[in-house]
Amino acid sequence: MAYVASAPKEPFRLSMLVYDTRYRSYTIQIVVLFLFLAFLAWLLNNTIENLAAKDKDINFSFLFQRAGYDIDQQLIPYTNDSTHGRALFVGLFNTLIVAFFGCILATIIGVFAGVLRLSGNWVVARLMTLYVETFRNIPLLLWIILAFVIFSETAPAPRDFRVTDEMVAAGEAPSAHKILFDSIAFTNRGMNIPRPYLDHPLGSINVLDVPINLSGLAVLALIAIGMWVNGRLLGHAKAVQEETGIRPVTWWKSLVVLFVPVIVLLFALGLHWEIPELKGFNFQGGINVAHSFTALLIAISLYTGAFIAEAVRAGILAISRGQTEAAFALGLRPGRTMRLVILPQALRVIIPPLISQYLNLTKNTTLGMAISYLDLKGTLGGITLNQTGRELECMLLMMAIYLVLSLIIASGMNVFNTAMKLKER
Amino acid sequence: MQNSATFVRKEMLQAQEPPTSERGAIKWVRENLFSSALNSVLTIVGLVAAFLVIKAALPWLLHSVWNANSLGECRDIIAARYGEGATGACWAVVRERWHQYLFGFYPQELFWRPTMAFGLMFVALAPVLYYGNQRVNTIMTGVVSILTILALIGISLAFPQTIGGVEAGALAVLVAALVLGGLTAVAWLAPKRLLYFTLLYPAVGFYLLWGGSIWGPIGTLAGFAVLVVVYNLTKGQLGVVVGTGAGVVAAAVWWLAIQSHVTGALHSVLPLGTAHVDSDEFGGFLLAFVIGVTAIAASLPMGILLALGRRSDMPLIKALSVGFIEFIRGVPLITMLFTASLLLQYFLPPRSNFDLILRVIILVTFFSAAYIAEVIRGGLAALPRGQYEAADALGLDYWQAQRLIVMPQALKISIPGIVSSFIGLFKDTTLVALVGLHDPLQGVTKVVRAAIEWKGIYWEPYIFVGLIFFACCFSMSRYSMYLERKLKRDHR
Repeated sequence: MAYVASAPKEPFRLSMLVYDTRYRSYTIQIVVLFLFLAFLAWLLNNTIENLAAKDKDINFSFLFQRAGYDIDQQLIPYTNDSTHGRALFVGLFNTLIVAFFGCILATIIGVFAGVLRLSGNWVVARLMTLYVETFRNIPLLLWIILAFVIFSETAPAPRDFRVTDEMVAAGEAPSAHKILFDSIAFTNRGMNIPRPYLDHPLGSINVLDVPINLSGLAVLALIAIGMWVNGRLLGHAKAVQEETGIRPVTWWKSLVVLFVPVIVLLFALGLHWEIPELKGFNFQGGINVAHSFTALLIAISLYTGAFIAEAVRAGILAISRGQTEAAFALGLRPGRTMRLVILPQALRVIIPPLISQYLNLTKNTTLGMAISYLDLKGTLGGITLNQTGRELECMLLMMAIYLVLSLIIASGMNVFNTAMKLKER
Repeated sequence: MQNSATFVRKEMLQAQEPPTSERGAIKWVRENLFSSALNSVLTIVGLVAAFLVIKAALPWLLHSVWNANSLGECRDIIAARYGEGATGACWAVVRERWHQYLFGFYPQELFWRPTMAFGLMFVALAPVLYYGNQRVNTIMTGVVSILTILALIGISLAFPQTIGGVEAGALAVLVAALVLGGLTAVAWLAPKRLLYFTLLYPAVGFYLLWGGSIWGPIGTLAGFAVLVVVYNLTKGQLGVVVGTGAGVVAAAVWWLAIQSHVTGALHSVLPLGTAHVDSDEFGGFLLAFVIGVTAIAASLPMGILLALGRRSDMPLIKALSVGFIEFIRGVPLITMLFTASLLLQYFLPPRSNFDLILRVIILVTFFSAAYIAEVIRGGLAALPRGQYEAADALGLDYWQAQRLIVMPQALKISIPGIVSSFIGLFKDTTLVALVGLHDPLQGVTKVVRAAIEWKGIYWEPYIFVGLIFFACCFSMSRYSMYLERKLKRDHR
């Protein structure tokens, strides 16, 4: 310390602001701050001037005006008399539903492909390599458009399903059939799937102008209760196993707890299915799923699945070979080794890239606009923007929504990540 | 005792052949295909699936038709050759629309320019990809030169034209042969000198693609010369930081205030130049490559700076970098593209209207730079703390430490991530169709499929576009593997 104290104390000179590392960082930051503020002021000034030149203002009241356009797929009630704000939410829900099912499907595909790519089976490993490389190296947009074009151009027209009296008399069959026990009609206009229908529904209540189906809510509640009871059951079984070494049989109890109440409730409510039927020139009844939804979902799941497969493969390869050998030495079979020893450890490596793949998938749903899928980009950033001419407001609002969405997904997955992390002492 | 001869074997027994089930093809099949019941099922399912695909696709591919003018004609030819009901691929669409797929609506008489730019791009890339490797550099430059000259000959035969009594195509081939021959000689004699051409290439490529007055690119290059001169003059007295700042300011003054006057005067005195091509005539793979290659080249340095900013000790720099990166990573690329096409007109000074392709390139670069910054940040985090301390102990300043010690190692670690970002960027160039540019996928294929003679065709154009993208992306990923192997320094 004596050396520091005895160092000659230099008087402050202006040039020290540049040459002395103690002060230089302040100089740089102040210069950058000024440049940044000047840049912001320049942008703001330009925006104000441009808006004035076009005689526009920044105003979000268009969200409460009549939208005047139709949206095919709507998860909340919407007509063309609804407001632009409601169209925004219809679009947002359309984005979310593709993202939700896409994440689930892509994870299933990805985990299977990643594990199988490492399997000792030569044929399967090669096929999976082919799948991963093909999907990873070709743009997602191509897969989406190709799926859509194939669905809508190769599927049979509704009239191909028609059975006329002459055909019955001649013993001929129509050129197209409904699939899956005669329940799903896959035509070039879309896919009609059966709709669940209740004889004695519990009715619905309106919250913020959105009807909430009480029957559905009851079913969900029963499932949640069943899962909670099942969790208690398994916890008890584990406690007994740890105490006595013998695990009580639980599988039939789990089945009863999980399924019987729901089935009883559905029976009491009088569930039956409304099967789509050919009436006139198209299929009536059931739920009509547009090809744009199916194509987008399938393409995006297969594409992201290839990336998840790579993440899974990298995660498994990151676990040292000794773990597998130790598990084999304990007498575990390959399947159980994978499930009980490798995957739980690999999961910690896999989750961070998985998070970014989920985020990518959610953001990639915007590509649905190439096949006119009306998601958030299609409603708020597409038709609403074009109708109202409010580019600035629509784009900023849309970016903000996507940002919030990304942040929610990222933080949710980060919680999961922390929970799965190795608890080190 | 004496007679009890003990038997001692003098030579080794010949090793017995393993049982038939444990050798050769049978062993391989048993181990790799039928090692367990589940594996056997998987094998059979996989083989059946592969067989079904091949059974459907093979006749279709074998019945390909290359010469036809419409889908109907294709189908007639297939029916005549292989009988009624046979299916076949109609690659004639690719043959007929080949130029549109490659160049979009670029003027036909100028096709030699993008071809030349494409060939020269690989020459410029050679010293970067295989730095200082004389053999590979020479081979790559030579092969590219020959291919480019062949392509130019093909173009001049397809679109013959004469300018002032001279065969224009032959002239282009001659010039190309001279230029490319010279470059090959440079690659052979002094492979590292080829880097000067690489530095020059952005201006050359820009001029070849857009054309116009020759003074514009020269003026822009002169700005860089101003930067270097001012930096060298002031560095001695004012130091590196102030010198760089002075150089940048001088160059900015040149570009913003002086350049247009000087180049305008030069152009009026000596109007040298070639035909100008508008950006909306760009299309097809030309557009994908222009956007992809420019954004790739520009996003790497920007990503490095952002990554350094994010790890900086200065709170303001760090906050700005984090804000930029996280904002861009949080929004989809499409919203960035629409910002380029719709919003930039609000943020720029009134009546300033610059090219849509340029705006798209800038925003795609920002987008990709944010992702690359995150990849490089991972590489920086993976470096042991001792490396930074060693650099400090040697007395290196910040930029020296980054340039000599930190970056070479951090970039090496992050090569796979960087290259997969590049691949993603290249694939994302297809999205520009959504803001009205003619990319190969939507822009061109949609036009082709909407034409009356090709209505109803869907597999062939998409397979063609997909194959080209596959070839580019796959070779990029293989190159990154090569680079990783080459730079590997541990576990030898």
